[in-house]
Amino acid sequence: MPVIATASLTKRYPRVTALDELTVEVGSGVTGLVGANGAGKSTLLKILLGLIAPTAGSAIVLGHDVVTGGEAVRALVGYMPEHDCLPPDVSATEFVVHLGRMSGLPATAARERAADVLRHVGLDEARYRPMGGYSTGMKQRVKLAQALTHDPKLVLLDEPTNGLDPAGRDEMLTLVRRIGTEFGIPVLITSHLLGELEHVCDHIVVLDGGRLLRSESKAALTGETGVLAVEVRDLSGRDRLGAALERAGARARAEGPLVLVEISGEETYDIVRDTVAELGLGLVRVEPHRHRLEEVFSV
Amino acid sequence: MSDRTGVIHDIGYRHYDGPRLGRWAITQALMVSSLRHAYGIGRSGKSKVMPIFLLAVMVVPAAIVVGIENGLQFDKPPVEPVDYIYLLQPVIALYLASQAPQLFSRDLRYRSIVLYLARPPRRTDYALAKLTALVAAQMILICIPLVVLYAGALLAKYNFLQMSRQFVAGLAGALLLSILLAAIGGLIAAATPRRGFAVAAIIAVLIVSFTAATTTMAIVDEKGDMSSTAARYASLVSPFNLTEALQTWFLRNDRDGSWMPTTQQGLVFTAVYVLLVAACVWGVNARYAKVARG
Repeated sequence: MPVIATASLTKRYPRVTALDELTVEVGSGVTGLVGANGAGKSTLLKILLGLIAPTAGSAIVLGHDVVTGGEAVRALVGYMPEHDCLPPDVSATEFVVHLGRMSGLPATAARERAADVLRHVGLDEARYRPMGGYSTGMKQRVKLAQALTHDPKLVLLDEPTNGLDPAGRDEMLTLVRRIGTEFGIPVLITSHLLGELEHVCDHIVVLDGGRLLRSESKAALTGETGVLAVEVRDLSGRDRLGAALERAGARARAEGPLVLVEISGEETYDIVRDTVAELGLGLVRVEPHRHRLEEVFSV
Repeated sequence: MSDRTGVIHDIGYRHYDGPRLGRWAITQALMVSSLRHAYGIGRSGKSKVMPIFLLAVMVVPAAIVVGIENGLQFDKPPVEPVDYIYLLQPVIALYLASQAPQLFSRDLRYRSIVLYLARPPRRTDYALAKLTALVAAQMILICIPLVVLYAGALLAKYNFLQMSRQFVAGLAGALLLSILLAAIGGLIAAATPRRGFAVAAIIAVLIVSFTAATTTMAIVDEKGDMSSTAARYASLVSPFNLTEALQTWFLRNDRDGSWMPTTQQGLVFTAVYVLLVAACVWGVNARYAKVARG
């Protein structure tokens, strides 16, 4: 059973159509919801939480209809909003405990869970200090912790990497990946950047102007092309390798610093290994050459 | 048997399979925490100052009255509980102005309201929990001095039945006033995320309405005994005068300096009271509906 299933989901406002006949399914693991600003991502999340009613169509989340069972959905889902939502005068611990209780946890359980999730998101000593003094990275961690505190069966993360520096971005994405795999909680994560979802998602849904552009597993989208990318130490090495591979009977061409070799079978790997060794080149990397998501969607 | 003591094991993510409470229990928890916050409990030391100070201002005069009536042995209590409430109405107004924004504007200002709305309680539950907490907070503020007055009156050996009747009338008056003030203060505070605006607006509304009511009464009431119908209906404008008249009529509590509304007037007062509270509660709820749509 899919975690989320929508059927012809439509949301019209007086002037704009935010969602247009959206039919999409989301399963376990990490699913990326990609689209430009105004593509309908936030509207979709709000409908999935039962906060706004769709104009037409239906959405089922964890087996509950969002219109009639909003309360049941919200008890099972964790939500991390895009914008700032933390009061500055309380500590992360107090706040997460309080929100745990607001999700129906008894007082003691709320305290234990808060301590647990704050440790998992990597907020240690700072958690007893008022949140007003937190960095953006720490605030994002608290926002993620409050979405996890009631052990949800699904988490909806709205642009969790917003405002983070590259290192913070990587840490947040690693955390998201862990939630989807190690914690076993399905994740729906939105972003307007395809590139950053590429590494953490199992499945990508692309929205454009409220319509479904594509919904495919990442493997299908960025599937292996049957091409091996080889990089060696310097450019003259690249040319020598290319020529030697051609002589050995493999089809190869240079692209940037890489030599792209068409994989015709298991023996292609052996030819590459042997040729590099014969020429005595410094091997930097050998990897299957994938389409980047940007290429996939830029059409 | 392990000799590697002091090693912290990462036990990984643990799922929760204990009990989960329902909407009602959650709403109750929100109400209790909001009530605590209304007296600064669980908040910074600074935020305890105002509510505790105002509570002291409410209680100290009552304690003095009790001391005097016990020392000087008057024939009857110098001040009835109901009248005590209206004597100290500026303090009650200040409390409302200082704490209603704490309960309502805060979550809007920092947008933490979104985190509540994404949880099981409905926005109506949230609004009602906050309003109930504000009513309860004001009941505490008003009723503690009433209890002091009552205890003092019994100590001074006044007629037990009469004193109990007055005490109950005081509680009823306090409840009527707390509900109406919470509804009005809640609506104003929920309308703006800016705390300062809310404080100023609540004070302004209460002062303007009270001044308008008393001035109109003074002008219209030629004989000075509130026999003029127009003067009586002027009470409708101010929450304090409205609840006082309503309480007098409801409990047939005729006292010195009060006036007894006719049945027709009483019904009008009741209708206006109910409509006002209903409109404000509806307004608060509508406000959160708008917030939820975001």
